[in-house]
Amino acid sequence: MMMRSTIALAMMAVCAAGCGEKPQTAGTAKKADAKAWTGSQSGYVAEGWKPGDKDSWEAQMRLRVQGQNEYSRSAAAAAPPKTP
Amino acid sequence: MARMKFLCDAERCIECNGCVTACKAEHDVPWGVNRRRVVTLNDGVPGEKSISVACMHCSDAPCMAVCPVDCFYRTDEGVVLHDKDICIGCGYCSYACPFGAPQFPTNGAFGLRGKMDKCTFCAGGPEAHGSEAEFDKYGRNRLAEGKLPACAEMCSTKALLGGDGDVVADIFRNRVLLRGKGSEVWGWGTAYGKPTQGTKS
Repeated sequence: MMMRSTIALAMMAVCAAGCGEKPQTAGTAKKADAKAWTGSQSGYVAEGWKPGDKDSWEAQMRLRVQGQNEYSRSAAAAAPPKTP
Repeated sequence: MARMKFLCDAERCIECNGCVTACKAEHDVPWGVNRRRVVTLNDGVPGEKSISVACMHCSDAPCMAVCPVDCFYRTDEGVVLHDKDICIGCGYCSYACPFGAPQFPTNGAFGLRGKMDKCTFCAGGPEAHGSEAEFDKYGRNRLAEGKLPACAEMCSTKALLGGDGDVVADIFRNRVLLRGKGSEVWGWGTAYGKPTQGTKS
C-alpha cells in the first residue's frame, strides 16, 4: 500500500513538472513585419502625420530629415560664401 | 520609396559619443553591447578624424548572405533587420560584416554568446510596432512613430545624417560645396585669422 502511494505521488510529481514548462520550439519561419507607416502602439508617436496613411508617413520622413539640414533653416546660411 | 541610409561627415564629428549614448539610452542596450561607436583615426594628432559607425543597412548585405538560419530580412525602406526568435547566435554575421555591426551579449558564465543584436535604424523588429515584446528584443521603433534614428537626430554638430539616402546625399553635397575645403574648414587660419590680416608692431 505504502509502495503504491509512493509510486503514485512520484508519477504525479513528474506530470506536474511538465505543466510548468514553456514551449521551446525553435522558430523556423520569420515573422512578417508590419509596415512602418502603419504606426506604433507606443504613446510617443510624432505629431504631423496620420498613422496608417503611407503618403502622410513619407511626407513626415521628408520633413523630418530636413531637420538635420541647417542650411534649410536660415536663408543666410544657404547663401554662397563671400569671396575675400 | 525611401532607402534609409546613414552618412557620417568626418569633418564635423567631434568624437563626443553623443550618438552612442543616445542609442544606448533609447533602446536600453545592455552592458557589453554597442550598436553604435565612434572610431577615431590618428587620435591625438592635429587633423585627427572621427567617424560614427553602426550597421550601414547594406543594399547587398553580407550578413544576410551568410546567415545559416536565414533570420535577416529587409524592409521596404531598405532597413536590414533580423528575427531574434530564429537567430542561433552562431556569429557568422559578425565575421561577414565589414563594419563590426553585429554584437553579441558576452556577460554571464562561460562567456555566454547570446542572440545577435545590432542597429535597427530605430525600426524595431518583427514584433508588433511599439509593443513591449518589440522593445525588449529590439528597442524603440522610432520609424513607426514618424521619427528618424535617435543618433542622427540628436547629433550636436549634425555630422551624422540619417534618412532617405538621396536626401541625405543632397544635404551633404550642398554642405561640402558651401563650406569650402582645406584650411578654410580646419586649421590655423580658421582659428586665428590669416597671416595677412593685421601686422606686427
